[in-house]
Amino acid sequence: MTVLAAEGLRKSFGGTAAVQGVSFAVAAGEMLALIGPNGAGKSTCFNMLSGQLRPDAGRVLLGGADITALAPRRIWRLGVGRTFQITATFASMTVGENVQMALLSHAGQVWRFWRPVRRRGVAAAAALLDQVGLSALADTAAGVLAYGDLKRLELAMALANAPRLLLMDEPTAGMAPAERTALMRLARDLATAHGIAVLFTEHDMDVVFSAADRILVLHHGALIAEGDGAAIRADARVREVYLGSGATSGGH
Amino acid sequence: MTVFLVQLLTGLAGAAALFLVAAGLTVIFGVTRVVNFSHGSLYMLGAYVGWTVLAHLPHSIAGFALGVVVTALVLAAFGAGLEMALLRRLYRAPELLQLLATFGVVLMVQDITQAIWGAEDLTLPRPHWMRGFVAIGGERFPRFDLVLIAAGPLVLGLLWLLLHRTRFGTLVRAATQDRDMVAALGVDQRRLFTAVFALGAALAGLGGVLSLPDGSANLQLDLSVITDAFVVVVVGGLGSIGGAYLASLIIGVLQAFGILLLPKLTLVIVFAVMAVVLVFRPQGLLGRAADAVREAAAPPLVRPAAPALRLLGAAVFVLLAAAPFAVGPFAVSVLTEAMIAVLFAASLHFMMGPGGMPSFGHAAWFGIGAYAAALAATALHLPLPAALLLAPLAAAVVAALFGWFVVRLSGVYLAMLTLAFAQIVWAVALQWTGLTGGDNGILGVWPGGVLAGAHAFYWVVLALCVLATLLLRRVLYAPFGYALRGARDSTLRAEAIGLPTVRIRLAAFTIAGAAAGLAGGLSAYSKGSVFPTYVSIGRSVDALLMVLLGGVQTIAGPIVGALAYTGLYDALLLATSQWRLALGAAIVALVLAFPQGIAGAAQQLRRRAA
Repeated sequence: MTVLAAEGLRKSFGGTAAVQGVSFAVAAGEMLALIGPNGAGKSTCFNMLSGQLRPDAGRVLLGGADITALAPRRIWRLGVGRTFQITATFASMTVGENVQMALLSHAGQVWRFWRPVRRRGVAAAAALLDQVGLSALADTAAGVLAYGDLKRLELAMALANAPRLLLMDEPTAGMAPAERTALMRLARDLATAHGIAVLFTEHDMDVVFSAADRILVLHHGALIAEGDGAAIRADARVREVYLGSGATSGGH
Repeated sequence: MTVFLVQLLTGLAGAAALFLVAAGLTVIFGVTRVVNFSHGSLYMLGAYVGWTVLAHLPHSIAGFALGVVVTALVLAAFGAGLEMALLRRLYRAPELLQLLATFGVVLMVQDITQAIWGAEDLTLPRPHWMRGFVAIGGERFPRFDLVLIAAGPLVLGLLWLLLHRTRFGTLVRAATQDRDMVAALGVDQRRLFTAVFALGAALAGLGGVLSLPDGSANLQLDLSVITDAFVVVVVGGLGSIGGAYLASLIIGVLQAFGILLLPKLTLVIVFAVMAVVLVFRPQGLLGRAADAVREAAAPPLVRPAAPALRLLGAAVFVLLAAAPFAVGPFAVSVLTEAMIAVLFAASLHFMMGPGGMPSFGHAAWFGIGAYAAALAATALHLPLPAALLLAPLAAAVVAALFGWFVVRLSGVYLAMLTLAFAQIVWAVALQWTGLTGGDNGILGVWPGGVLAGAHAFYWVVLALCVLATLLLRRVLYAPFGYALRGARDSTLRAEAIGLPTVRIRLAAFTIAGAAAGLAGGLSAYSKGSVFPTYVSIGRSVDALLMVLLGGVQTIAGPIVGALAYTGLYDALLLATSQWRLALGAAIVALVLAFPQGIAGAAQQLRRRAA
């Protein structure tokens, strides 16, 4: 079942075409990786999918419904969770409170003026933090977290609205190799257990090839290849533009 | 047609005067990122120094020209001294604290100027060449205004040459774009900043001395000039000299014609222009889109008050409730004012701290509340409870309307727009004499019936202020308060988890307005009268001072700050006739000693002890 479909997305900044005619689809329970060299247009694609950017042309369909150019918060309400390449969390709140805010927003309880936050949804927040392995840091200020922990916190917040689509922009940046594997395994478990469609970008090719069901390769804003790990490894065009023409190995 | 031409020339002369002040302000801001509130004081000093210098020179054209140059040089030296003594220590401090410190300078300069030159307005003896008129199609136009009209483009051209044809200018332009990069390239920032400040001060001094022939050196110059200069700089775009010139032209000419067309609305016009520009072009006419805000230290967590602090609060409340039995009527009236100040400060803190929306015009809501209560009591003959209900309501309605424009901006631009709106309210209070009584205000607003006794009203004020302040606190711990902080911490993340940040900020702005309106209403009854000063810049600055003194990022900050400020103010007022000098020095000292405010410093101390 297709959860997300992008159809002919285009975006230019000034005269520069950042994304030119990108189409793809993600199915429920599928892990789809979007890769490409720096400046290929990965984050621009992401930002058009979750509403931070309005595409110049093309459509974004979520479960068949057109969500193109809706505000990010409306797209979130439709069940899309996302993490950012440069993490964005609430620095003046604890890790637990960050997740509580996402839960409160999901429950439609933002416009409450009386009962304090510390008595609302603590258990549910703790469960989410446990899932991403942040329980020990629940009472730490988000503003002082290490980068890898911030990535995990963003994932916990993205999961707070029980999403059907999860967008993760470089989810494992700043993590040690063992942590990367663990985080991607967690994403895989979530995808399988809840039928969540997962779209992620990633620079670490080991992570990409081990975690993704399918891989899209973006170059200069256009898709140049699509397929499973073996097909992408064998693709001559990908080897040329992505790994460099002299590359002899698949890793980096 | 002739009238048109003469009015246009008058406008151009006004524009030149505006440009001279604004150019210095914008150059200083562009490089040092300091919003220099004391720039108007430099202008005022320019006028006074110029008066003294010109008195010792021959009253010829050459003598005047020499005097102008000497004045500019004196002010340059003064500016350099100010930068080295004070501002240099503040570059790493938060933007608003820099503003606070420079306001301390404003107060000090006021008293020092009065001590040296006296309280009376000083006018130049006007020699013949200065008094002359030129005939333009039957209308007479002051010849000196032609000098002013020429001075604008002349200074603009010289500045352009300085910035584009000298090494110093290249550095200034580079630092305006990215001062960290300039520092990384090995440029001595300290010398560059001192030089830039001296240049800005010289320009302000130039403006001041050139204003003498058409006006006088007086002690009101500083604040009246600084608002105009802020408007010009913001309309033109912070840091853009060309923008400042364009903005002064627009505003100067509009003012000149506004007097003809809408004599009652002259004050409104200027600020309406600014509001329109900021709404459609938030970075100003020629300003570049704001670069990334300097990464401030992560704001601290908000924790529930410690039991000891709650106990202290309760004890203070009991003491305050019992106070009328122990102290005289004067002390009771001082305490009444202090309570009102606490609520006023707490309302500003609500939007400024957790909301991240610094307001330079919070007096608007205080004043609207005061006028609403006063009109309800005198014109509608409503009883006190109804009038005190109307006060926050009226303030909230207007705040919601103005807020729609304001909450879309951020930082200095947001602060300036709030200032603009406050000035519009002030202008209405001053100029709509039919409703507000203008300068004469509204008198005879007294609590009647059972509340007529001084004690009873004191308890009403105490109860309402404490209750409203605690309510504001409560909201900050509730989901709405967290959502507000979330929108401040990261708008990107807030929107990405479904928080409607604009609506949240607007609601916070309205709540803050309502609370300030209640404080204003109480103040009207406590004083028995309302005047346009209730909406003045000075009152807005009072609120800012209280919040910043207490500490923006602590929940108890505004309470501590309001009590400290009113205490300091009253004590200084009693102790010395030069209270402004003492208060200004105290503010500067406090900013240098406690960059996080008093409550913030106490919190840090406690954390270190723990």
